[in-house]
Amino acid sequence: MRDDVVIVGASLAGLRTAEALRRGGFAGRISVIGDEPHMPYDRPPLSKEVLTGERGHEECALPTAEGLDVEWLLGRRATALDIGRRTVRTDGGDVRFGKLVIATGVRPRTLPLFDTGADNVFTLRSLDDAVTLRTELERRPKVLIVGAGFIGVEVASSAAKLGCEVTLVSPDPPVAPAGPDASQVCRRLLADGGCVLHEGRVIRGLGGGRTPDVATLDDGTKVPFDIAVVAVGAAPNTEWLVGSGLDVENGVRCDASLTAAGAEDIVAAGDVARWPNALFGTEPMRIEHWANAVEHGAAAARTLLEGPTAHTSVPSFWSDHFGIRLQAIGLPRLGDRTELLDGDVAEGRFAQAFYAGDRLVGAVTYGMPRAIARCRARLARPEPAEETVGA
Amino acid sequence: MYTVVIHEPEGGGSLKVRVDEDMCDLHAQCVFAAPEVFRLNDAGELEYETEVSDDLADKLRSAQSLCPAAAIELLP
Repeated sequence: MRDDVVIVGASLAGLRTAEALRRGGFAGRISVIGDEPHMPYDRPPLSKEVLTGERGHEECALPTAEGLDVEWLLGRRATALDIGRRTVRTDGGDVRFGKLVIATGVRPRTLPLFDTGADNVFTLRSLDDAVTLRTELERRPKVLIVGAGFIGVEVASSAAKLGCEVTLVSPDPPVAPAGPDASQVCRRLLADGGCVLHEGRVIRGLGGGRTPDVATLDDGTKVPFDIAVVAVGAAPNTEWLVGSGLDVENGVRCDASLTAAGAEDIVAAGDVARWPNALFGTEPMRIEHWANAVEHGAAAARTLLEGPTAHTSVPSFWSDHFGIRLQAIGLPRLGDRTELLDGDVAEGRFAQAFYAGDRLVGAVTYGMPRAIARCRARLARPEPAEETVGA
Repeated sequence: MYTVVIHEPEGGGSLKVRVDEDMCDLHAQCVFAAPEVFRLNDAGELEYETEVSDDLADKLRSAQSLCPAAAIELLP
């Protein structure tokens, strides 16, 4: 492969793609366009140690290997893609490519009720978001967290650790994708951590005008707050691709090799890519996990260097909160029954497998990493296995 | 942070593996990526081989890049 490679997105997936291209022997030019001013950094600490102040934001930089030889075009936002002219338009001029890697990731979803332009309404995705929120938390405000997914619960843990009064409002159980037993453990962790959870509730109105200070729930409960953090999931950054001809319905639609559907020489990687993962059927999926960005980087580079190569993946994910780690592998949400492998849900430490019929589709652990390693090998096999997961 | 148990090779290998136990956060991604080299023992500690053959180089690089704590060092 001799063409110049342009990578749009200067985060984990973009960096790992560049690394894998060099490791695979690619000697041509690699340019990486990033809309943030920062070199690639690691996001998992942002909702945890960075918020609590245990880790400085400058300590989040991802190591970049010597000899990577990448042209970093930072602080530039891609605005359009012209496939015919092989050009990415940016707010700092056009960038021509031979091969293109789309790794623009996701951004936090917002809610119509919450004006993210207000002084006391925040979302958390970027390093700058984390630094801003940390500064706010240092004043020990009353914190309203909208959503009780993984980010919402991690922010709750960090804010509670700093001594803030924390209230979460969520229509769904906490950490719902990890299943009902994980939700049960998480409810207790939140309560023991001094956080109030209004589960099964939605916010109907806000009082206080331009700087809202009280939320009214659908059951009439009023929740006073100083700052609100909206943590209701993420949406793929594909607006710049609208009109390019690519299918960008819920991410960039790719084939099994991560090649953008209908396009040659264009691949996608990381949170933004929607691809059929053969381990879990033919329905294309998008995975917003750290490890997925790493694996996609390697797989996208392989497709560029060696031609289309199918990529499969066992999703894996973790969340640290209230001093304990939740880990999940596979797709627990596909399961229709669970089997306890170890521990005890009532004691807050357990490992369980998720089955769809006879097939193992996922596993979840709270505080018991070893049990999950045992399930991993079986999940990597596409065909249903007959044996049980036992020790 | 966690006890890391190392295994000296019997037959020897050409790639040297080192895990920084202060940085290791026991995510076990390496165990998923290269089970021939890394495993968790009954005590929940990470065990690994210190020297492995070149055949496993790709799996080791994958394990290294998948380590959220960047705790794995590979030396030729």
